[in-house]
Amino acid sequence: MASGFAEKAFSTAANGGRVRADELRLASRVLKDGFRQVEISVPTMHCGGCMQKVEKGLAKLPGVSEARVNLTSKRVTVRWQDEGVPPPLVETLHSLGFEAHLTDAKADAKDHTFSELLRALAIAGFAAGNIMMLSVSVWTGADPATRDLFHWISAAIAVPALVYSGRIFFRSAWGALRRGHTNMDVPISIGVLLAFGLSLYETIHHGSHAYFDAAASLLFFLLIGRTLDHLMRERARTAVTGLANLAARGALVLRPDGTRVYTPVDDLKPGMTIQLSAGERIPVDARVISGQSNLDCSLVTGESLPRPASAGMLLQAGTMNLTGPLTIEAMSDAKDSFLAEMVRMMEAAEAGRSGFRRISDRAAQLYAPAVHTAAFLTFVGWMIATGDVHRAITVAIAVLIITCPCALGLAVPMVQVVAARRLFEKGILLKDGGALERLAEIDTVVLDKTGTLTLGAPRLLNGETLEPAIMALAARIAVHSQHPYARALAAFADGTDVSLLDDARITEVSGAGLEAHIGEHVYRLGRPSWAVAERVEAGAGRHSSNVVLSKDGKLLGAFEFSDPLRDGAAETLQELKQSGIAIEILSGDRAETVRRVAESLGIAFSSDVRPDGKVAHIGSLQDSGRKVLMVGDGLNDAPALVAAHASMAPASAADIGRNAADLVFLHESLMAVPQAFRIALSARKLVYQNLALAVIYNLCAVPIAIAGFVTPLVAAIAMSLSSLLVVANALRLRDGGRLGYFDAKTWDILPRLRPVARSA
Amino acid sequence: MLDFLYLVPIALVLGALALGAFMWALGSGQYEDLDGAAERILFDDEDRPLK
Repeated sequence: MASGFAEKAFSTAANGGRVRADELRLASRVLKDGFRQVEISVPTMHCGGCMQKVEKGLAKLPGVSEARVNLTSKRVTVRWQDEGVPPPLVETLHSLGFEAHLTDAKADAKDHTFSELLRALAIAGFAAGNIMMLSVSVWTGADPATRDLFHWISAAIAVPALVYSGRIFFRSAWGALRRGHTNMDVPISIGVLLAFGLSLYETIHHGSHAYFDAAASLLFFLLIGRTLDHLMRERARTAVTGLANLAARGALVLRPDGTRVYTPVDDLKPGMTIQLSAGERIPVDARVISGQSNLDCSLVTGESLPRPASAGMLLQAGTMNLTGPLTIEAMSDAKDSFLAEMVRMMEAAEAGRSGFRRISDRAAQLYAPAVHTAAFLTFVGWMIATGDVHRAITVAIAVLIITCPCALGLAVPMVQVVAARRLFEKGILLKDGGALERLAEIDTVVLDKTGTLTLGAPRLLNGETLEPAIMALAARIAVHSQHPYARALAAFADGTDVSLLDDARITEVSGAGLEAHIGEHVYRLGRPSWAVAERVEAGAGRHSSNVVLSKDGKLLGAFEFSDPLRDGAAETLQELKQSGIAIEILSGDRAETVRRVAESLGIAFSSDVRPDGKVAHIGSLQDSGRKVLMVGDGLNDAPALVAAHASMAPASAADIGRNAADLVFLHESLMAVPQAFRIALSARKLVYQNLALAVIYNLCAVPIAIAGFVTPLVAAIAMSLSSLLVVANALRLRDGGRLGYFDAKTWDILPRLRPVARSA
Repeated sequence: MLDFLYLVPIALVLGALALGAFMWALGSGQYEDLDGAAERILFDDEDRPLK
């Protein structure tokens, strides 16, 4: 794609949040007039000041013509002149103090459904308002000529509204009918179309009643519910994809003629030679040709400690190359890699979950035949009683309208939007309402270990007991490595004065540690057997530590690490147990590591489980009638997350894991799991209450309609009242009993994310 | 009695104008970034959305 260009740009290694110029180019799209445009996710922007800083900072770069922040989606769109090397956008953002990631162009498509729904809602609202205005004039008494005129005007307004706004329901109803089942939209469509048809007939025959207003306001109310439903799902999804994007987009391919070309992942072929620098992810399954390094496999296997890599080893896509450059040979296409296999397993698992029907669909299954039978029986009854076809049809349609599923259509999405908001306030993102319903049903929790139950990053245990001078020295050496132990050491010294050492005097020995030449002394930080001369090693062994610091072979200090439990892990398990939920650990990590954690928490465990094993385990639990909540973070958990009845992932999870999970929690604490469960339970209670309200309303209203007493005015009032009732009931889910849901910013959920996104 | 011959069309046209204005605003991306719009009112520079 850009061979000469790759040569110039390759100096910006994709290391520690830096982005290759080539990668930036791949993520951008071409505009006319020689401009390119890219969207960059900047999750830490939160105010006007940040916006200006980002926009001005980027606009100042040579070649950048415009930079525009979208604060709602926390993204900045940048347009630049396409001449050679793209401007260092991500680096500039980093230097301004903002975390920045390229966003996936595919995940980034504009939300067309939402604007379609908004348009439909606007049209339906306009039509409902105007027709109602005309109807009120008719109801207050109009002479026949005026009434007919008003009915005709109403019809003229209703037709385009019905076609434009109604098609959302008609489309879905038709789709359901064609596949041989019903959903909520079938009775809605039939009701609206019959009401409209009858009204048109009445208008043509100078009848005294027309139901255009009922048809239009029915659409209006239902579209409110539909829009809320969509808003909730879509906002959460963009937040989830916006947080970070970890997958490699391409790799530097070494061609037989010696040139290096940055190639998109999709174009990688088996046999290609790839140069992988430290800090890059392995793009496809590959074999090491030369080089020594450590690999972080936690995303793939769940194993927390890095594995050394050397020539001949087979590598799986998604593994992170930590410490040294590697030359590797691609063994498969992107579509045949481990990553792709995960995706296929997820698709297979998805099929197992499709049996789940949402509450509103299950209600519609009962509701639709009941309503249609009632209307049909009404028609038959009136025919027998009066023999007047027109009268019988009118009453039957009144029955259809008054049983309008407004309450149903609004009840479920309304509760779910409020629940999603409460979850947001607690730092939990909900992907869709169905997930909330599934979460309320769970009776078993299966936890992954690394990255879920534990933080997945080792922490230094004995930092306080060591001499500060030794700590500082160790930290100064450790900042030169990407190894998790080194990072933990460096993090411990954060904030203290760490004057950097000269790079040239530090060497990293793969699988062993770091060697630093300071003055005439040789300092080694790493494996005890390597750092310490043999006669002292016995002493070092007593500390059972994995890392020591030595000076010319003499022990200076030993460091002990452990992978700490996530905050609130013990309380979480306690609370879940009290709710009568079974808990177990399902980990791909080694048995002894898992046993230590499981025993300290007193729960059952399985270790060394491969991704397909996890899916099988969850499958067997579900076959025995359990409803499983899977909590996991790695690539290896992704198929299990999909296979489980409901699933949660921490925000630190792999991209694919976050996308597979139903809920994502942004705080570090595992308490998010019982919190989400509690909210799901109370949401389910409110949904059932709302459905009960809808049934009671129908029990009262339907007999009146069947008796033939319903005028359009009564139908409109009854319909609105039932809708308001369920909305009011849904709002009870809010904290603190504060009234006035709509006073708060109903429409923007994202500001709620600011504090949590910052801490994530 | 013939008042509604012009009053009704006026009401409908005004309503349609408002609807059209909303559709235009939606189409031109003014609802894409409600948070940003709230902050941008404090900036002095000229600006318009990037498509």
